[in-house]
Amino acid sequence: MNGDGTYWLREHKGTLLAFAAFLVMFTIYATNHSAGLDANVATTAANKGALLAIIAMAQTFVVLTSGIDLSVGAVMVLANCLASWIVVGSPLMTALGVIGVLLVGCLCGAINALIVIFGRLQPIVTTIATGAVFYGAALALRPVPGGDVNTALADALTGQLPGGVPASLSLLLAVVVVVWLPFRRSVIGRAAYAVGSSEVAAYMSGVPIRRAKFVAYTLSGLLASMAGLFVTFITYTGEASAANASTYTLYSIAAVVLGGVSLFGGSGSAIGAIFGALMFRTIGDLLFVFNVEPLWQPLFQGIVLAAAVCLGAARLLRLRNRLDLYG
Amino acid sequence: MRRRIDPAIAWAFGCIVLVLLVGSLYSSSFLSPQYLLQQLKVASFLGVIATGMMIVILLGQIDLSVPWVVAVGGMMATAATGWGPLGEILAIPVGIGCGVALGLVSGVGVAFLRIPSMVVTLAMNAVAQGLMIVHTGGFSPQDSSSPAMRVIATGDTVFGIPNAVLVWAAVGVAAVFLLTRTTFGRTVYAIGNRERAAYLSGARTRMVVTAAFALSGGLSAFGGVLLAGYASKAAQAMGDPYLLPAIAAVVLGGTSILGGRGSYLGTVAGVILITLLQSILSVMQMPEFGRHVTYGVVIIAMLLIYGRGRRPSE
Repeated sequence: MNGDGTYWLREHKGTLLAFAAFLVMFTIYATNHSAGLDANVATTAANKGALLAIIAMAQTFVVLTSGIDLSVGAVMVLANCLASWIVVGSPLMTALGVIGVLLVGCLCGAINALIVIFGRLQPIVTTIATGAVFYGAALALRPVPGGDVNTALADALTGQLPGGVPASLSLLLAVVVVVWLPFRRSVIGRAAYAVGSSEVAAYMSGVPIRRAKFVAYTLSGLLASMAGLFVTFITYTGEASAANASTYTLYSIAAVVLGGVSLFGGSGSAIGAIFGALMFRTIGDLLFVFNVEPLWQPLFQGIVLAAAVCLGAARLLRLRNRLDLYG
Repeated sequence: MRRRIDPAIAWAFGCIVLVLLVGSLYSSSFLSPQYLLQQLKVASFLGVIATGMMIVILLGQIDLSVPWVVAVGGMMATAATGWGPLGEILAIPVGIGCGVALGLVSGVGVAFLRIPSMVVTLAMNAVAQGLMIVHTGGFSPQDSSSPAMRVIATGDTVFGIPNAVLVWAAVGVAAVFLLTRTTFGRTVYAIGNRERAAYLSGARTRMVVTAAFALSGGLSAFGGVLLAGYASKAAQAMGDPYLLPAIAAVVLGGTSILGGRGSYLGTVAGVILITLLQSILSVMQMPEFGRHVTYGVVIIAMLLIYGRGRRPSE
């Protein structure tokens, strides 16, 4: 039993650390906020956090297989533009619209997967190129910002549940329960971890490599489109913003790293990425609470990010053999 | 010693010819010397930036800090211009120096702290952005470029060849010499192939990696200086459109994104191809969305022809 515990701890170390760091930061934030932590403050913070958390989860699926998805931001923007056309009207229309947006997200992920698996191109270049295509599609849908969304649904998902709990957090929980946990516990999920640890070893062991990658990329597209839907619910419009696409792609990588997911693949979890994302958001809010001049905020955010990734160098201290550094 | 021509480079040059032929069907001015020289001039900015990116990619790493290091180069050079006559002389070195400094920090993070380059350079990009926001907001520096910057970016002295093209040619010759004729270059290829072996062979891997990132930062900043000279002023988002094209140009030129394999001639081909593609699509008045889609599809198609990896079973 003791042995099991050690393994469990080792596997979840990144996630636990991310959770602890987030908890500390959030406590400082909540206790120092001038207006106190009332429901409205919490809801706004939760909405921003949930958006980044979903896109970070999207990135996690691909990073676990030791790939990288630089098109998550573009898929998010595409979903945003599509949603501003079709997530409107009667409840039935709206529901079909939501399903349509999610299907398009899956399709984008599947395209990435097919090119990476059967084209045997590197994920980083593949997703740069497909990202341009997805962004082009978004521009075709919305050359100028505009459109509409079913406001009842949008307000319900970005507002509060009875009792003041932000609805976005329950949405996040639902995503974890419906998408992440089944994936993590399935054979495919294990295969994705195996591929990330060592593709050759996974191949030799008869692990379904192709299916694992396909599912990972497709789920990444699905979650990126969910993030796009959420953007639409927050802003009520569709906008093909290149700045949004690149910013969220980069933030998703930062959140994944802060959440203890290894960029080499095979280790970490989407739960960790969620806390990484929430942590990243809290950093920005902390600077606001402590009245840091707005001018200096981006610099502090950058320095905190740099310091956080430097913590990854702590493994150098435990090194027994210098050769372990060179893979 | 006879060398085989790398099929990737042949394909890339073939595609350049194809793009020009398709363009000339639309309008014969695509084959005029003026148009081609103008395109080479525009390409030289991307070419200088892609040179640094290529060295880093040859190591098997990547530099995502290009957008804001380009901006730092341009903005610091113009700021130095505002310091007076001495500043005007020092403008270009100051811009490049700031880029080298940022690249040096990234290099130390990658080589000594062993943090993945994707994360280090991402963080450096954020830090550079923060520094520039403080710099412009707090000190309101000058944003118009010095006469020297304008001359090297827009002027032409010899036989009507734009100065920017000459600058790119100089950078290119230096890069080829560095990569093929020096210990540094050999070590870069060795590290890209297998860092462990390079280390065990006694190569000073950490110094080389650090220097490569410093070089990439300096070249990105130099690209920013040229861009600021071309547009006669520096702006915050000036580097944003250069990150992905730089990576795409290097990869289209046959350099393996995993490192250790690639030649500078390929990068030249990749840079020209990307620039021509962007230019011809916009001259043909293709709507913006179509340009993005075509751009992405062409990159994928070309890589599917010659850039494929191995099966896990091989």
